[in-house]
This record gives sequence, C-alpha cells and structure tokens, in this order.
Amino acid sequence: MSNHRPPGTFSSAWLLARKDLAIEFRTRTAFLSALVFAVLALTIFYFTWDESVVSPNDRAPGVLWVVLTFSALLGLHRSFGLEEHDRGIDALLVAPISRESIYLGKAIGNLIFLSAIQVVAIPSLALFYNLPVGRPLFIVSGIVFLAMVGIVAIGTLFSAMAVNTRLAELLLPMLSLPFFVPVLMNAAQAGSRIFAGRPVAEVMPWLRILIAFDIVFVFACTLAFPFTLEE
Amino acid sequence: MTSVSHSPAVEPKPVFDWVLGLAVAAVVGFYVRAIYFTPIELQQGVAQKIYYLHLAGVIGAYLSITITALMSIVALWLHDQRADHLAEASAEVGLVFLTVVLTTGPIWGHKIWGAWWAWWEARLTLTLFLWFVIVAYLVLRGAIEDVAMRARYSAVLAMLGALLIPFIHLSVYLFAARLHPMPVVLKPSRPSLSSEMLTTLLLSLATFTFLCVALIRARYRLAVQRDLAAALDVDGGVA
Repeated sequence: MSNHRPPGTFSSAWLLARKDLAIEFRTRTAFLSALVFAVLALTIFYFTWDESVVSPNDRAPGVLWVVLTFSALLGLHRSFGLEEHDRGIDALLVAPISRESIYLGKAIGNLIFLSAIQVVAIPSLALFYNLPVGRPLFIVSGIVFLAMVGIVAIGTLFSAMAVNTRLAELLLPMLSLPFFVPVLMNAAQAGSRIFAGRPVAEVMPWLRILIAFDIVFVFACTLAFPFTLEE
Repeated sequence: MTSVSHSPAVEPKPVFDWVLGLAVAAVVGFYVRAIYFTPIELQQGVAQKIYYLHLAGVIGAYLSITITALMSIVALWLHDQRADHLAEASAEVGLVFLTVVLTTGPIWGHKIWGAWWAWWEARLTLTLFLWFVIVAYLVLRGAIEDVAMRARYSAVLAMLGALLIPFIHLSVYLFAARLHPMPVVLKPSRPSLSSEMLTTLLLSLATFTFLCVALIRARYRLAVQRDLAAALDVDGGVA
C-alpha cells in the first residue's frame, strides 16, 4: 500500500474495523457484558420449560435465536455510541475515506464482535442443553453466521441513526427488530430442521431467502448510510 | 395543542375541514347501507359484514404506505419538505388503517377460522410486521428535532421498510406452505357475491379511499402548521 494515496474503500474499512476491535480488546466492556448476558440467558431459559414435556433438544434452537438477537443488539448499540465521545465521528468524516467505507468498517467490526460472542455462546448451548456435538451443530453455526450478516447490515445502519436521536439506545431495538424478522424466521426454521437431523438440501429454500436478504440489505444499507450523516 | 397565539400575524382561526366532514358523512352513509340494505351472506352469516370494513382498511393502509414510500424517495432526492410532510401524514393515517385491519381480521377469523390469530395467513402476518415498521417510523420522527435530519432518517427507514415487504411476505409464505393449506374460506364467497353485496363492497372501497385521502390531507396541514409554529418559536425566542 502506498503512503501517498488515501486507502481504498475496503482497506480503510478494515482499518476502521481494526480500530474498533482494538478499543474493544483493551476495554472489553461491551464484549464481557454481551457475553455474560448470552450465557446467563441460556441458563435462565433452561428453566422456562417443563423438562418432562419439552426436551432440551427441542427448545435449544429457540433459545439460540433469542440469545443471538439480544446479544447482537447489545453489541450493535456500542458501534456508533463509541464515536459519540469527543465527537469521534467528526474525525471520521474529515478523514480522506469514503462514507461507505465508514459503514463497512463498522459493520465488519460488529460482525467479528458478534462472531466472537457466538464462538462462546454456541458451545455453551451445546453444553447446557446436552446437544450432540457433530455435523448439525457446525451447519447451524454456518446458518448463525448467515443470519448475523443480515442482522449486522441492518443494525449497524440503525445504530448510526439511533445515536443521533433523543431516545438513543431505546430506539435501536424498535427500529431493528421488525427488520430482523425475516432473518430470524428463516434461520430458525432452517436451524430447527438441521437440529432434527434433516439434510441441508431440505432447508435450502430458507437459506436462499436468508442469502438474498443478506445481499440486498448489505447493498441497500451501504448506499443508505451516507444519508444518515450530517451534510 | 401547538399554540402560535404569541404571534399576532398568524392568529389561527378555526376552519372547518369540509373534505374530512364529507368523508365522515360518506362513511356514515355507507354503514347505513352495509348494515340495513345489504343481504346477509349465507355461509358466513353476519360476520361477513366485517369484510366491508376489513377490505377497506387494507386499501387505505396500502394506499397510505405506498404514498409514504414514494414521498420518502422524493424527499430524499429533491430535499422537498412538502414530500416529507406528506410522507409523515400518510404514515400516520396508514397506522390507523393498519390498526383497523389488525382489529377486524382476528374478529372475523375467530368466527370463520375458529382462531383469533393465524400465523400461516401471510397477509395478516405481513400486516402485523408492517404495523411495527410504521410505529418505529413514527417514533423515529418524534425522536429527532432537526427538520432536515428527521426527513433524511425517516426517508431511509421508509425505503428500507419497502424493501423488507417482499422478504416478510416470502418468509411467511414459505412458513405457511410447509404447514397448512392456503386459506380457502375466502375464495368460494367471491363468485357468489350478490350484486347488492358487490355494490356495497365497491362503495366501501370508494368511501374509505376518500376517507383515507381526506385524513392524509388534514394530517398534512397539521404537519405543515406544526413546523411553522416550531420555526416561529425558534425565531421569536419564545419557548
């Protein structure tokens, strides 16, 4: 990379993501709170069903998606909240990088952040709910990743909007959750079938909608993001 | 509620919104016809009459939401404040009509399907999620004071919301197709509509489209006046 030219969209996005992750790695506040939330929720949900009626195997998928959604919201809020201190967002805006790359950088940072939580949450789910560790769990992890791409695409944009409003973090779930619906619906439907031991080919219709959602909303949100910044 | 009385130049005088008055009169007239002068449907009984309100609610809701989405694009592209006001007005009217749909749907469903809510009914479920998006849209608007920022943010949300519709529809459809057959109750009644019922149905569509437009018009004027009042407050330094 030349030192004289400003970096391209993707390299500046990566730079920004690394900056956010470095801050997170040093403070660990958001990560720890989201992680503790995820594991705590897993254990609490265990006691919401009658074990003799619904087997842990059957409720594990539902718990997984609820925990994923709300730990995602915890992480997403932090994304642009971070830039509010000392108006860090102004520094980003005067930097010689495109506005799209600010969005992509934030989104990549969020995706890595959420993946790190899932790396702990999914094995914890398997442990607490006595799930067999094998092929189904790996396939479901892949579905979780697909779902997270859509959730992060939407959530990053709405996080940028929410921090500038009077309601701030209260607004983020209200804006995001209706948009998470198709993601969660299809991911959960596909996931519960995989958990039940069905082949991947059978869940392709759901995965197709999920992938289409990811593509459409990553593009749409990248294009929409510049409008959420001050002109 | 917004008072502008401190500025004598824009002393508000009460005006009668004759378009809205006419629309309300038309709705009253329509109900007289629907209740007293339209025959009761053979299979569904009196419950079928809710259909004249339900379907009209759907028309009003989709008309309003389409206007919101289109005006959001105009507002974002041309920075036209009138488009933003129109988007706001039709979103709020759309919420009212969506609420009508979501109230009448389960009442009808309880009688005909034997269940208040049917998750496999793609249209009902889609309406519910649209309702959530519109509520979020209006809360977002209420949470931003800066006029230009409010216009941009709400336009972005409205356009993404429009993109969301096919995905929710597809998802519910896929969810439903694997579990239940599509509703057949609706279909047989269509061809058997008597001419009087058909007239009533068409009248309901006309009446409620008129009401929808009249409500949007009234709400649009309120939005314009409210921003005017807010601007006066800032300029005049009166808090």
